[in-house]
Amino acid sequence: MALSDATDATAQAGQGTPARKPTRIFKNLSSKIASLPMVFTALVIFVGGTVWTIVYSFTSSGLLPRLKWVGLDQYERLWSSRKWIVSIENLAIYGICSLILTLVIGFTLAALLDRKVRGEGVLRTIFLYPFALSFIVTGLVWQWILNPQLGLQNIIREMGWESFAFDPMNNSKIVMFGLLIAGLWQGTGLIMCIMLAGLRGIDEDIWKAARVDGIGTVKTYIRVIIPMMRPVFVTSLVLIGSGIVKLYDLVVAQTSGGPGISSQVPAMYVMTSMFGGQNLGQGFAASTMMLVTVVIILVPWAILEFGGKKRG
Amino acid sequence: MADSGTMTAAMTGPRGPKPKRAFNRTNIMIYGTLIVVALYYALPLYVMVVTSLKGLPEIQVGNIFAPPMEVTFEPWVKAWSQACTGINCDGLSRGFWNSVRILIPSLIISVAVASVNGYALSMWKFKGSEVFFGILMIGAFIPYQIMLYPIVILLREAGLYGSLTGLVLVHVAFGMPINTLLFRNYFASIPEELFKAARVDGAGFWAIFFRIMLPMSLPIFVVSLIIQVTGIWNDFLFGVTYISSPDRYPMTVQLNNIVNSVQGVKEYNVNMAATLLTGLVPLVIYFASGKLFVRGIAAGAVKG
Amino acid sequence: MKLTTKLMAFSAIVSASSASAVELEVMHWWTSGGEAAAVGKFAEAWDASGNKWIDGAIAGGGDTARPIMVSRIIGGDPPAAFQFNHGRQAEELIEAGLLLDLTDVAEAEGWADIVNPPNLLDACTVDGRIYCAPVNIHSWQWMWLSNGAYEKAGLPVPTNWTEFSESAGALQDAGITPLAMGGQSWQQNGAFGVISVALAGTEAWLAVNRDKSVDAVMSDEYTRVFEAFGAARSLSEGLNVQDWNQATAAVINDTAGAQIMGDWAQGEFALAGEVAGEDYSCLPGLGEVGVLQTGGDAFYFPVVDDAEITAGQKELAAMLLSPPVQVSFNSAKGSLPVRGDVDLTTVNECTQKGLDLLAAGATLPAGETLLSPDTVTQLNDLMTEFWNTPSMTAAEVQSAYADIIADAD
Repeated sequence: MALSDATDATAQAGQGTPARKPTRIFKNLSSKIASLPMVFTALVIFVGGTVWTIVYSFTSSGLLPRLKWVGLDQYERLWSSRKWIVSIENLAIYGICSLILTLVIGFTLAALLDRKVRGEGVLRTIFLYPFALSFIVTGLVWQWILNPQLGLQNIIREMGWESFAFDPMNNSKIVMFGLLIAGLWQGTGLIMCIMLAGLRGIDEDIWKAARVDGIGTVKTYIRVIIPMMRPVFVTSLVLIGSGIVKLYDLVVAQTSGGPGISSQVPAMYVMTSMFGGQNLGQGFAASTMMLVTVVIILVPWAILEFGGKKRG
Repeated sequence: MADSGTMTAAMTGPRGPKPKRAFNRTNIMIYGTLIVVALYYALPLYVMVVTSLKGLPEIQVGNIFAPPMEVTFEPWVKAWSQACTGINCDGLSRGFWNSVRILIPSLIISVAVASVNGYALSMWKFKGSEVFFGILMIGAFIPYQIMLYPIVILLREAGLYGSLTGLVLVHVAFGMPINTLLFRNYFASIPEELFKAARVDGAGFWAIFFRIMLPMSLPIFVVSLIIQVTGIWNDFLFGVTYISSPDRYPMTVQLNNIVNSVQGVKEYNVNMAATLLTGLVPLVIYFASGKLFVRGIAAGAVKG
Repeated sequence: MKLTTKLMAFSAIVSASSASAVELEVMHWWTSGGEAAAVGKFAEAWDASGNKWIDGAIAGGGDTARPIMVSRIIGGDPPAAFQFNHGRQAEELIEAGLLLDLTDVAEAEGWADIVNPPNLLDACTVDGRIYCAPVNIHSWQWMWLSNGAYEKAGLPVPTNWTEFSESAGALQDAGITPLAMGGQSWQQNGAFGVISVALAGTEAWLAVNRDKSVDAVMSDEYTRVFEAFGAARSLSEGLNVQDWNQATAAVINDTAGAQIMGDWAQGEFALAGEVAGEDYSCLPGLGEVGVLQTGGDAFYFPVVDDAEITAGQKELAAMLLSPPVQVSFNSAKGSLPVRGDVDLTTVNECTQKGLDLLAAGATLPAGETLLSPDTVTQLNDLMTEFWNTPSMTAAEVQSAYADIIADAD
């Protein structure tokens, strides 16, 4: 129901808005036509799907979506669940570390590669290849390397450091860092690539000017280059941020949320509620909370970042 | 090479400051850091390759970093053509062409749509365009498993449920936010003068896009290509949910079945071989894209 | 002999429909060694009847496969048949009228008379109509012990939970992990269920799971269970595995003493060429209370708009319960047949113990037929947290358990 309403809304948005100002219809006609797929996706899939999800979060839907209203029951249950609280805390730790480290590592690698190093192609491919492998596989490999009996810990102990202990997969205190190591390994290459594309877009004259002014290399990067790469950083932030919020497959493959519930994350809470517990309503309530958080963080920033400046 | 940069090389090559000598302290630091980091990235690949070449008994006794005592290609053969998915024992080969058939249209359409979106959003804004873009940006953060059922209903109503077309549309839709952002931000960094000059010459929306913008945007196309190839090729959930016949399932369904089902003893060697085989297509594209990257830089030099 | 039984079984259905070959897509999550072999038996029998089995296997268990199955049903393009654990998981699909009513097949085949224990058929029945075909009986109530491990430690193989707990120290001294436990939450909650039936008894267990009695959870009998489970935590240290059959593998290769796991584990022992009684021992009900929970798997058939397929679905349903198929399937899977009137060709010591209990009627309904999946998930979460958090006390968990049972529907 909600979806068919959304379809109507698209039709109106597509034609209605320009119709009010007839003089503007032709001004950007090609652009408007070209943007139709985007408008459709935004309204029907993202808005439609989100509204649908929110509506059903107030129901007792189990295996099938059904409109049996239960008010805020699903939300009360959500916030009284220890697993949900643990999930949020975990995501916060993972998110902050992942965001900072991915940006720093990604940019540093890109800047180093941009300094006319030999074998740039080979290095770039080495940094990027993990991105080609799915999270299922990433989780599997790292689960194995970090397995205390088979992997790293065992090797280092055999080399003589008997007391060496690094067992994130079996230690609930540091398990999130085990996931972080794998996540960074998989994701930083892409960010490096985007940063590199950005660096290559910077005018050679900037460097010349900086050199003439006698500004050091590091200083030039921080004072001049990074501010110029603002759009690139925005892209990277969205990419990293959305990856963090969606963090799920990696956890399933690497730890299944364990030991115990110590590496649970919100997306996993959503999935287990929806498909394991056959409680769609609970899953939708959890995803609505995730979405609300994203909107609260994103909207003010988006208005600052994308609002205003018009062109063309 | 690093030293002999002539004027032309400086114009077309990397844009960083030119190091003066091959063996000064800065260079040693740069190469040192890069090599250490490269080791961290390469280690799991090494483990995967080495493991995939070992026999199962050797894996159980030895350590995972040791090179194989006896190299065997059996796991690769098994992963490709013998591993079982339920009762069908024909390995990954079963889904390879299905994956290709899904990848190509999804890839072309999604990159094309996203580049046009980005172009329209940066150069030809219209009333409300930023709102739609904002919605897409929030959409990037929605875990797509949540959208599973609404999309099933949507596709059913459109009569596309279970078809390849439906799946392609889903890939296009979910690839749209991040790729649109990528192109929008890239085009936004192109000097406005270029665009204005073209307008003065009477070029329209499509003429500017094809003649001026496209040739300048190879690096960003490469990045978009990388994101999409990886995302679509590695997708399991959409492929298995929106395609309604096991004969047309993508390769990842077989990969999932090989990796997730334990046949007595976990066959790590076959898992690793299956993983590497599945990753080959994106990897080949990464290698090939390296060249495009360099060409893109050369093209980008025009704008300076 | 076998052929005639089969033909007889089909006759009622076949005569009603045109006997042309039907292609049926069957979705399931049976992909481990013994499971895949067992599904193969179904497919063979179906193909042999002149039809075609299209296999839609999705590995990763119910949590991976279920959304795909449900999507297909919602999308209006369902598979012809799919596997679910019977019990409360499919309730909603039946209520929504999405599943085929098999009552006529069940009556023609006399399922009501042959299916034993009868609660298996009850689990398929909603408002007097039958909606699923049960194919096997699985029971959680088993402990598998490695004879080799006990030999190494120079101990006799325990015959009940108490002896096992006492022997654990000696096993650890011999470098053997006493209890193999996989890292997934369902395994830990499942083991808890087994221990609770064994130590608290069937009445207390039914009071908790069937009657949702909070008092029963807080009773002294259950206090013992929580304490025993808490004490067992330290017995699994030193073995880090995720999957249930990796834990079984540790028992098979004598690095672990025992595992609490359902009878499906026996498929792994069989695959490894181990012999019951010689290489491994089994204790139904942990040797404390001789009773089996009878859960199992069932096939459901979505409603489709094609008379030919519907006829095929019914034919398949009848075939799944036919004697030869029951024998070949259950022998491969290590489970027990759903009908009391067939003999498994190869019955080992452990299977015989199970059959005896079944014949004696010492059965309990399975947890998943009494509790909703939602409640089961919450219990899984609680028990896995308990198992992995040494600082959590039995009393804490007991009251959290009571809260979940109080909210259960």
